[in-house]
Amino acid sequence: MKPHDFDYVRPTELDQVFDLIERHGDDARILAGGQSLMPTLNMRLSAPALLIDINRIDALKGLSVEGDMLRIGALTRHVELEHSPEVARHAPLLTKAIRHVAHPAVRNRGTIGGSLSLADPAAELPACALALGATLVLRGRDGQRRVPANTFFVDLYETARGEKEVLEAVEVPLATSSDRFGFGELARRHGDFAMVGLAAAARMAGGTIERLRLAFFGIGNVPVLSSAADLAAGRPLDADLVEVLRGAVGETLDPTDNLQASAAMKKHLASVLVGRVLGDMME
Amino acid sequence: MTTPISISLTVNGERVEAQVSPRINLVDFIRHQIGLTGSHVGCEHGVCGACTIRVDGAIVRGCLMLAAQADGTDVTTIEGLSDSGDAADLQAAFVARNALQCGFCTPGMLLTATEYLESGGTADRDSIREFISGNYCRCTGYQAIVDAIEQVASQRGRPSK
Ligand SMILES: Cc1cc2nc3c(=O)[nH]c(=O)nc-3n(C[C@H](O)[C@H](O)[C@H](O)COP(=O)(O)OP(=O)(O)OC[C@H]3O[C@@H](n4cnc5c(N)ncnc54)[C@H](O)[C@@H]3O)c2cc1C
Ligand code: FES
Ligand code: FES
Repeated sequence: MKPHDFDYVRPTELDQVFDLIERHGDDARILAGGQSLMPTLNMRLSAPALLIDINRIDALKGLSVEGDMLRIGALTRHVELEHSPEVARHAPLLTKAIRHVAHPAVRNRGTIGGSLSLADPAAELPACALALGATLVLRGRDGQRRVPANTFFVDLYETARGEKEVLEAVEVPLATSSDRFGFGELARRHGDFAMVGLAAAARMAGGTIERLRLAFFGIGNVPVLSSAADLAAGRPLDADLVEVLRGAVGETLDPTDNLQASAAMKKHLASVLVGRVLGDMME
Repeated sequence: MTTPISISLTVNGERVEAQVSPRINLVDFIRHQIGLTGSHVGCEHGVCGACTIRVDGAIVRGCLMLAAQADGTDVTTIEGLSDSGDAADLQAAFVARNALQCGFCTPGMLLTATEYLESGGTADRDSIREFISGNYCRCTGYQAIVDAIEQVASQRGRPSK
């Protein structure tokens, strides 16, 4: 279908965006890569009166190392994450994960800021943000606010971003030689949203695990960190631990049935993924 | 009433200046305002890939980008790709391998396969399948399309590793 009529503006400064949001309120929508917004407009699931195209705002672009963080501008496209040597070095989990996001033509347009702002429950990047302990940088008229990923995803398609705020960037702690990452998902076809997925990050101390994060997506309304990961502290990353976690993870998750899979099947798939993903991380 | 937007872009090497309604997407603009109907429209929500167009060197969904957003860009459609001859071997292989039946998906497939090969893709069938996973074909069952792309990758000196 074709979308309803709307007006279109393409500001080059964030202040212009705030002016427009203040003036138009709910009638205005931010347009980034458009790979999620445009389908909803075309299907008339949403009919804003004004689209604010942020693609030419330089303040939202770029990748840079700042102190012990990799700062990824909200407008960074999936394809840039995929091929960036900085990302591969400092946030290799994103390099692994991004190939599972959609298809090449969609990755050429879709942005990390769009994916995190939308917060689709089956999306890869929100779960990666959780596993990495990332921080979301929100910009409003009166300044910046930093929100840790574990409080950013509030409910289905609902985040801690205020109506008058723009997601400016995401900051990811730089990977060290003590970090190991793993990623896996089960989808019906390559590039589809996952039935269940897992982004994992382990911080090692000598031969044992200091901290493990297991971020599941596709399970419920928001990506979740499984408390089963706490069982790993102080243990080596070995086959015994993987068995323990495979058994424990189901109890810590509260999946909802959806068209993709029943709750029981999702628990099973979560356990399968723990085996695969941690298995990869052991190598 | 919404305000029309003036855009200026290059389509297949030719300069185009136009007034567009903000809500018109790039593929509809190309088909109806410019009159190049090689790019097809299927699902209109990003799933089928029939509308694949190259914008500034990278393939995109023509149904998920507004014509207004193409202001200042360099657009290539299947017509331009055909005329350039850059995909002549692919087109020949599609014909030889029977990689098209109704042809509806073919322009999008050719643009996607072109990006695959130009970005260093090899004859590895799994990689080919992964790359074309966003392009639906309801006729061929994909096997013949993968055959054709595999053949051209080999011909261009990029056998599977
Ligand atoms: C066929 C297909 C398959 C897909 N498969 C997957 C998949 O497997 N996994 C996956 O994760 N995604 C998938 N996607 C979605 C894709 O990854 C989108 O690119 C992404 O979810 C949204 O990013 P965007 O830049 O396109 O955002 P847009 O569509 O432009 O915007 C999405 C929402 O976020 C808001 N927004 C965008 N940027 C900002 C910002 N900086 N600040 C505040 N609000 C903002 C918009 O107002 C809008 O509400 C798929 C899309 C398609 C069409
Ligand atoms: S018409 Fe654009 S992806 Fe189907
Ligand atoms: S040849 Fe008919 S859809 Fe592909």
